Amino acid sequence: MALAPARVEERLRERFTGTSIERQTGEAVRDHTLVVPADRLVEMAAFLRDEPELRFAMLSWVGGVDLLPREPRFEVIYHLLSLEHTCRITLKVRVHEAEPHVPTVIGVWPTANWHERETYDFYGIVFDGHPDLTRILLPDDWVGWPLRKDSPLGYQEVAFTHNTPGRMLPKPDLTVLKPKKVRYRAH
Amino acid sequence: MTLNMGPQHPSTHGVLRVVLELDGETVVKAKPIIGYLHTGMEKQAEYKTYTQSIPQTDRMDYLAPMSNNLALCLAAEKLLGIAAPARAQAIRVLLTELTRISAHCVWLGTHALDIGAMTVFFYCFREREKVLSIYEHVCGARMTASYFRVGGLSADIPAGFLDRCQTFVDEMPAHADEYERLLSKNPIWLARTRGVAPLSAADAVALGATGPILRGSGVRWDLRKNEPYCDYDQYDFEVPTGEHGDAYDRYRVRVQEIRQATRIADQAIQKLRAMGERGDYRLRDFKYVVPPKEEVKTSMEALIHHFKIVAHGFFPPVGEAYQAIEAPKGELGFYFVSDGTPRPWRMKVRSPSFVNLQTLPTMIQGRLVADVITAIGSLDIVLGEIDR
Amino acid sequence: MTDPRPENPFRVLPAPAENPPTAPAAPGTEADAAREDVERGVLFPPVGGMVNWAVNQARANAIWPLGFGLACCAIEMMAIVGPRFDISRFGAEVFRASPRQADLMIVAGRVSIKMAPVVRQLYDQMPDPKWVISMGACASCGGVFNNYAIVQGVDKIVPVDVYVPGCPPRPEALIHGIMKLQEKILASNVQVGTLTLAPPRKKKGAA
Repeated sequence: MALAPARVEERLRERFTGTSIERQTGEAVRDHTLVVPADRLVEMAAFLRDEPELRFAMLSWVGGVDLLPREPRFEVIYHLLSLEHTCRITLKVRVHEAEPHVPTVIGVWPTANWHERETYDFYGIVFDGHPDLTRILLPDDWVGWPLRKDSPLGYQEVAFTHNTPGRMLPKPDLTVLKPKKVRYRAH
Repeated sequence: MTLNMGPQHPSTHGVLRVVLELDGETVVKAKPIIGYLHTGMEKQAEYKTYTQSIPQTDRMDYLAPMSNNLALCLAAEKLLGIAAPARAQAIRVLLTELTRISAHCVWLGTHALDIGAMTVFFYCFREREKVLSIYEHVCGARMTASYFRVGGLSADIPAGFLDRCQTFVDEMPAHADEYERLLSKNPIWLARTRGVAPLSAADAVALGATGPILRGSGVRWDLRKNEPYCDYDQYDFEVPTGEHGDAYDRYRVRVQEIRQATRIADQAIQKLRAMGERGDYRLRDFKYVVPPKEEVKTSMEALIHHFKIVAHGFFPPVGEAYQAIEAPKGELGFYFVSDGTPRPWRMKVRSPSFVNLQTLPTMIQGRLVADVITAIGSLDIVLGEIDR
Repeated sequence: MTDPRPENPFRVLPAPAENPPTAPAAPGTEADAAREDVERGVLFPPVGGMVNWAVNQARANAIWPLGFGLACCAIEMMAIVGPRFDISRFGAEVFRASPRQADLMIVAGRVSIKMAPVVRQLYDQMPDPKWVISMGACASCGGVFNNYAIVQGVDKIVPVDVYVPGCPPRPEALIHGIMKLQEKILASNVQVGTLTLAPPRKKKGAA
C-alpha cells in the first residue's frame, strides 16, 4: 500500500495553510514537484520526516539549477524518499540572485551537509546555518561559481596545423631517439 | 595528532584525502576531503547532447560503466516518455548484472588486498578479466563501454554472445564459493572486519547511505525490488541484508549479491533465448531514436531521421525527470532539466559514493586508526563518481 | 642572417646564440684525443661504455613504479599487475607506495586542477633517475575533458618520457609503453655528477 505523492501534497497543504505551495506543472515534468517558500522549508522538512503517514526519512539529494534569464534565477531542489511507504517527492525553493540565501536542512537530514556544500561550490548559494560551508569539489582558492550559466566552460583551443597559422610539424631528432640494438626485443 | 592520509595513498581507492585527528591510536575526528578528481562532467553535459554524455558516464563509476550508461539512458527515456523494447531491456539487465559481478569482484580484491589477503586480489581480477572479455565481445571496449543508447542499445548482440555469457554464469557460483572459502571463516578476516566500522540503520538512513551499506545495516531497500525499472519485477532473486552494519556484514552482503546477480543473469539469458536470436534492440520511434542501419541505407525517411538525430540531436519536451537505478554502489540517479533543445539545460548526478562517503566519520569515530583502511574499503567508493 | 622559417612554437629553450663557440683544433694524436675526452668529463671510453650498459640494464629491468592511479586508467594499471597481463615479467611488479622509493611515475588518469600541485610535489619528491609515463588520453592531452577542471595534459606540470594513448589504454598498450621506456633507458647516457659514462654520440654531419 504505497503512499501517493498527491496525498503528500494534500497533507502538506492541510498542515501549512496559508503558505504558498504550488505544484509545478509542465508537459514533461515527470516527478511530483512542489515549489515551497524558503522561510518555511525547515518546518516542512521536519513535518515530512516525522509524520507517521509520510516518514520521508531519507534525503536523496540536494541540487541547484541556474535558469539564467528567468527571475528568480536559481532553484534548489530537494529530492525526498520515504523507505517505509516507497514514495518519492521533490521540493523546490526559488532563490534570487541578489540574495542567494536558503536555510540549511542539516538539522533534519544530516546527509544534506555535502550536498549543500556542493551546491554552494557550483552556484554560490549560501545555506544559512551550515557548520562548514566551504568549497568541496573545486580548489579552495578558486574564484567564481562554475556551473552558473555565465561562467565559461573553460575550453582550451587545441593547436592543430589547420587553426594555427604558420605552424610547422616538429621534426624529432631521430639520431638521439634511435635506440641501441637490444638483444631481447619482443617485436 | 593530526594525520593526513593524502591524496596519494595505496589504499584510498583513488585520490581521496582524509584528515585524521588521533589521540594515540584512536580516531577522534575524521574529515574526508574530496575534489581531487573533479572533472566538470555536469557542466560539460550542458554543452553536449544526451547521447554525447553517455561516454562521460563511463568515466564516473569506472568499475561499473554499463550501470552508469543505463542510469543516464533510463533518465533520458523517462524525460522523453518512451521505453526500450523488452528484448533490449533483457540485454540491459544481463549486462548490468555482469557489471555488478565485475564491480564487486574488484571491490573484494582491493579490499582484501588492503587488509592483507593478497591471493583474493588475483582470483578476483581473473574473474573480472572474463567479464571484460564479454564486454569486448559485445561492444569492442574493455572498460568504457557506452553500449546503451536512449531507446535501447547501440547495436545488437553478436552471435555466440549468449553462449559465452552462459559459460561465465555457470562457473561464477563456484568462484564465489572460492572467495568465501578463503575469507568467510578465516580468523584473520573475522578479526579485522567483524565489529569494525559499524553503522546503525538509523544513522545510515539519516546520512543517506544506499546500496550494500544500507542493506548491511539491516534496512531491506533495493531499487530493483522496491521501485523496479527495466522489467526487474519479472526476475526472481533475493535481496541479502546484514544485521550489525559492520564491515563483515557488508562483505557478506556483497558476496551474496554476486550470487544473486549470477541468478538474474541466468534468467535474462533464458529470456533472451526464448525471444529469439535476433530482434528489436532499439525502439522504433524515429523522432528520438536512430533507425536501424539497414533501413538508413534503403529508406529516405530513415536517412533523414538518422541525419537529424546524429547531427543535431533529438528534441525532448520541456520538463525535468529524475530516474535512479540500483548501481553496485547504491542509488545512482540522473536528473535532467530540459529546455526543448538537444542539449540538456542541467544534468545532475546523484552518485551513491558521494553520499556514502559521508558515513565515514560516523563509522570510525572512536575506533583504532588501523580500522580506517577497513572502513574506507568496506564503503566501496569510487572517486570518479564522487568528484564527477 | 634572418631565419626564413617561422618560429617553432614547440621551442621552449631560448634560441641558440648567434656565435656558437668555436670547436678546438682537431686532436692530432690518440693521446691528445684521450686527454680531451678526460677533460670533457668522459670516463675511459671502453670501460665507460660497459659500465653505462650495465647500469642501464639494471635500471631498465627493475623499474619500480609509484602507485599513482588517479582514475579509470588506474584500473587498467591494476590489471597489468593481475595474472593475465603480468608486469612481473618486466621486473616492475613492485609498486611502491612512497615516492622516495619509486623511480617511475605512471600518471594514470585525469589530472584535475586541485590535484596538479600534488602531482608536482610527488614528482619533486622522487629521487633521480626518474621517469614519467603519461598513461591515457586525459594525462597526455586532457582527453575527453576539455574544460575548467582538468589540466590539458600532465606535461604542463611534469616532463613526460612516454605517452601511452587510449581511453583507457589496453593493458598491453601500457606494457608496450613500459617497454618503450625500457628502450629509452637502455639508450641513455648515464651521468654521475658531471661525469658522463659513455662517450657522446657523434651527430651525423654536424660540426
